[in-house]
Amino acid sequence: MASIAPTAQKPGPLTRARFWASGFKERDTWVAYGFLLPWFIGFTVFIAGPMIASLVLSFTDYSVIQATNWVGTQNYHDLIHDPKVSKAMMNSLVFTLMSVPLEIVTALVLALVLLRVGRMAGFFRTIFYLPKMTPPVAVAILYLLLFNGSVGIVNRVLGWVGITGPFWTTDPTWVKPGLVLMSSWAVGGTMVIYLAALRGVPQHLYEAAAMDGAGAWRRFRDVTLPMISPALFFTFIILTIAGLTEFTKAYTAFFGAGTKTNETEAALFYAVYLFRQSFEFFHFGYASSLAWLLFVVILVITFIQVRVSKRFVFYQGER
Amino acid sequence: MHVRWKRLSLVAVAACCLAVVATSFASAAPTSGAFATATQLEVYGFGPGDEIANTRADLATAAVGGNVDNPRGGFNDQQFLASLASGDVPDVVYLDRAKVAEYAAKGAFQPLTQCVTGQKIDLKQYQASTLKEITYKGKLYGIPEFTNPRTVIVDNHVVADAGLKVSDLSTKNWGRLAFANRKMLQTSGGKVTRIGFDPKLPEFFPLWVKANGADILSKNGLKAQLNTKKAVAALTFAYSLIRAHGGWGPFKSFRDTWDFFGAGNQVAKDQIGAWPMESFYYSTLAQNSPNVSITAMPFLNRKGGAIDYISGNAWAIPKGAKNPDLACTWMKTMTSTAAWVKAAKVRFDAQKLKNRPFTGIYTANVVADRKVYEDVYQKMGNPQFDNAVSLLVNQRKYGFTIPASPAGAEFQQAWMDAVNRVLAGSQTPKQALDQAQKEAQTAIDKAAK
Repeated sequence: MASIAPTAQKPGPLTRARFWASGFKERDTWVAYGFLLPWFIGFTVFIAGPMIASLVLSFTDYSVIQATNWVGTQNYHDLIHDPKVSKAMMNSLVFTLMSVPLEIVTALVLALVLLRVGRMAGFFRTIFYLPKMTPPVAVAILYLLLFNGSVGIVNRVLGWVGITGPFWTTDPTWVKPGLVLMSSWAVGGTMVIYLAALRGVPQHLYEAAAMDGAGAWRRFRDVTLPMISPALFFTFIILTIAGLTEFTKAYTAFFGAGTKTNETEAALFYAVYLFRQSFEFFHFGYASSLAWLLFVVILVITFIQVRVSKRFVFYQGER
Repeated sequence: MHVRWKRLSLVAVAACCLAVVATSFASAAPTSGAFATATQLEVYGFGPGDEIANTRADLATAAVGGNVDNPRGGFNDQQFLASLASGDVPDVVYLDRAKVAEYAAKGAFQPLTQCVTGQKIDLKQYQASTLKEITYKGKLYGIPEFTNPRTVIVDNHVVADAGLKVSDLSTKNWGRLAFANRKMLQTSGGKVTRIGFDPKLPEFFPLWVKANGADILSKNGLKAQLNTKKAVAALTFAYSLIRAHGGWGPFKSFRDTWDFFGAGNQVAKDQIGAWPMESFYYSTLAQNSPNVSITAMPFLNRKGGAIDYISGNAWAIPKGAKNPDLACTWMKTMTSTAAWVKAAKVRFDAQKLKNRPFTGIYTANVVADRKVYEDVYQKMGNPQFDNAVSLLVNQRKYGFTIPASPAGAEFQQAWMDAVNRVLAGSQTPKQALDQAQKEAQTAIDKAAK
């Protein structure tokens, strides 16, 4: 049987534009755009507008108070030579590298456990999700209490098994690991996503695998993981972005009001440094260039993640 | 497409646009207070507070005609910047004196020359060093409010327990102080159980440098002096007091466990030998643990002279304020001798009703402080607290402040970061202060352009 090969050439941009415009002869097109309009206005006013404004400001010395001058690429030149930028970026990257795998693994383990709990699943789901609803500011205060080197619960528990815990909140080596551990406090959100994904895995795949002699680990590796890979990939991206933009917990615990004695450069995350440059030192132009650098870094990391994911993520229905 | 649907869609589009425009106008519109009479005074950063604040605010409200909008909450840079950006600035703001010069250098505040001469404000009544803190390029930009004089609080039990005398804790002789620190501190299993002498780093770093005969900033606020030999030596010594406890980690984590404002505070529990502290803490101790045995000592420099690092808030008038004259009247009244004395009386009566001691008020108005001490204050019958009050009143003349700088926040951040790097063990005092000097000077030079 002869194959039906597409013989017509791809439509050009002008043809596509005409085709798009012709859609407006249809009532449904108008209705659809009418419904889209509120989002479009919101996006323009609250996201695209400020982003464009921020890009323009990054080439100025805008300080809100004084007259604004065009400084060209000076802000970008300055940030390359600012040692605190690389320090803050490294802090954020290290935090992300530690927190993302920990949250994914913890959430997945909890979701797998919940999947087998049966009747009490709803109760435990709620219990595990509750910490997610705790404001990050409260979590930061809790962090200082739980991880206190002298009387904190964490070190007490470590002491029960013969481990002398470090000074989590003052030792630069342990500040980030402490914050990472505290971040797993709110693992409930990711866990709920995984639980939903796990419930969507068709049972017959497990049955078929079992009939082929696959053990529990093999079923998990070759059935569960591929089937929930879109959820894993989604959370991987979201958590990476959240890690790179981490602000509230670090700021509240180490840099907020009344915490002058807590300050440590080990917790100077990129978003914290950006905030300081803008709202404490009034360098809004410079802070805008910092924001754009972060945007580019996140964009590149996300692009790499998306490219790499094509080898690992399995979408049902995709050829 | 039906005409009806086209019309409907157009109506929907128009409604959305209207909603956006209306919302923008609504958010840009002044708050309800601004719809009142034009002579309403907009105060920002003060808000209702304790009897000292409220009594003076009542007097000031009467002085400006009774129409004042004084919302709750303290000064917030973000909020204030937003008001500057929108052009809807308050008439008078209450903020940290350390921030005044920076805002003034950026043109956000108006000089008070006209206010002071027009309303005949007697500047001599204010402590000179507090005025210097808010004077930028020869012009006064604020009226000072409170001060927080610092003295050394000594726990007599701990001193006796270590076999020392209170005089051993004098900050004049650093060698003896280091010895006393080692004698008083206690550790157990790598953890601190009692602090000997807390140098209060990083925040009291300027006090230690001053004690060593130097200043961290030039008088005109334009030259950072953070890495001088004397500054490095001061930080080295102050840090050595902490290092004797096993380092910043054990020291800080133990200090964080204290019930600082409770009856079981660190003095009541003999968890510290001595430390320099702001004046308010005498009131805290007198209220929560009146039976503690303390001695109040002046912080001495290495020549034996008393020094007092003071800080506090000020009133300022933003550029573009609608009612600068009323704002001036408000500031004048709030910081007047009569207002402070009346507020002190109210506080004294309130404390008496609760059977609590009154430990005085320490303001930038030296005339008021003296009057409060002479006319309102009554000895508590507890010589330790009575001596503390007497010391606080009498050491006013030794007060010093950090000079006004156009990059105040960045300058402060530079030396704070340096001290924190030393505490964290990541740099030596010399390395940290060299870096801070570079950062601070760069920031000052940029701001002063």
